[in-house]
Amino acid sequence: MQELVRKALSGDTRSIARIITLVENESPYTEEIMKTLYPHSGKAHIVGITGSPGSGKSTLTDKLIHEFKEKGNKVGVIAIDPSSPFSGGAILADRIRMQKHAVDRNVYIRSMGSRGSLGGLSKSTYEAALILDACGKDIIFIETVGVGQSEVDIMKIADTVCLVLVPGMGDDIQIMKAGIMEIADIFIVNKADREGVERVVAEVKMALDLVQKRSWIPPVHSTIAEKGNGITELAASISNHHEFLSISTEGLEKRRNRLVTEVEEILQREIARFTEEKWNQKKTPELIDSLYSRNTDPYTVAGRILEEVLLEN
Amino acid sequence: MTHEKIRVIVAKPGLDGHDRGAKVIARALRDAGMEVIYTGLRQTPEQIVDTAIQEDADAIGISILSGAHHFYFSRIIELLKEHEALDIIVFGGGVIPDDDVPALLAMGAGAIFGPGTTTTTCVDWLKSKVHEKRTLEMA
Repeated sequence: MQELVRKALSGDTRSIARIITLVENESPYTEEIMKTLYPHSGKAHIVGITGSPGSGKSTLTDKLIHEFKEKGNKVGVIAIDPSSPFSGGAILADRIRMQKHAVDRNVYIRSMGSRGSLGGLSKSTYEAALILDACGKDIIFIETVGVGQSEVDIMKIADTVCLVLVPGMGDDIQIMKAGIMEIADIFIVNKADREGVERVVAEVKMALDLVQKRSWIPPVHSTIAEKGNGITELAASISNHHEFLSISTEGLEKRRNRLVTEVEEILQREIARFTEEKWNQKKTPELIDSLYSRNTDPYTVAGRILEEVLLEN
Repeated sequence: MTHEKIRVIVAKPGLDGHDRGAKVIARALRDAGMEVIYTGLRQTPEQIVDTAIQEDADAIGISILSGAHHFYFSRIIELLKEHEALDIIVFGGGVIPDDDVPALLAMGAGAIFGPGTTTTTCVDWLKSKVHEKRTLEMA
């Protein structure tokens, strides 16, 4: 295992890919891999690209890869598509728009199925980003599942969140709603050759004016990703935000908070593992019967299981 | 608790633009619980192999209707060899004359599914082939 990790750290694509699979499959080696890689991480700029299905995230990502690669960056991409709630299978097709970079040694693209996660990412997206970071990528784009209003997990792991909007998605009250609109560091109004783009840009700007003044005011870009219009300016904003984070207290806070979240999530996952094991032992048809006949209730059952787990450990 | 999902590249090399077959098989593999990385049309062998490596795929499925199957299979297998990645299973379908199949199998293709093959046949074959490969890797 150490050999594999060593090769990944030296930039070997196959080893990096293998390690991501092991972590994604929750292999018993996960902890060892992450512990070894962790000291090498923390250098890359992690950029989230989120927005509704069909808003142009993949095409934008494709153009941004090009832009940053040209500046001499090693680029990593993690593109997440939904897994089927029925079969667990998935069609991962964000790559279609990025295939011209497939043979570029300085670009690594990985598709992931959401595998039951509901926040717009998959459970192992953050680990995958950390792996790419440790293995020498300078900038990592994470393209979320096509999202609705409240899939905001990307804010927990990205330094810079870009939200992609398109004209014709509703009136200005949509823009004032809580959730996804609050987490963006950069707004992109894509498909700017469509009718109504000025209105969306104006509405987003107006909504931003109502927000308490922050030291970073999210810029609003209009782009036509397909044709490459507005991409250079967008890339400059992404770099500016990175610069802002590196010199501001907000940036420091963000990275510190992320560490707190990271520990909390590992704790939750580990606790869940214990309780799940215990529950699987206790989950007899008889118990479900007594729940069904209201002889006991889910709270009592859960309480008892927790008690047993705690006593045993 | 390890969940070992099967990951498959479904690619369409060459210049013909008919991807209905590729889409049907992609959908069938998805419904069988696999993660299908769909690369789209007009892929070069280099793109297909590099994609398979970056995605850590178990298998590559290619659909060829243009008649250039000999070239594409041999080039893809050659590239996999160069990358020391011959453990990645290669299979294909499309319009491939029966007489050409033995040569493709001889160069290392796992299976060729001609017109009329049911998706179940293909899914079952791939499942058992990946299982075989993983058992081998574990040993």
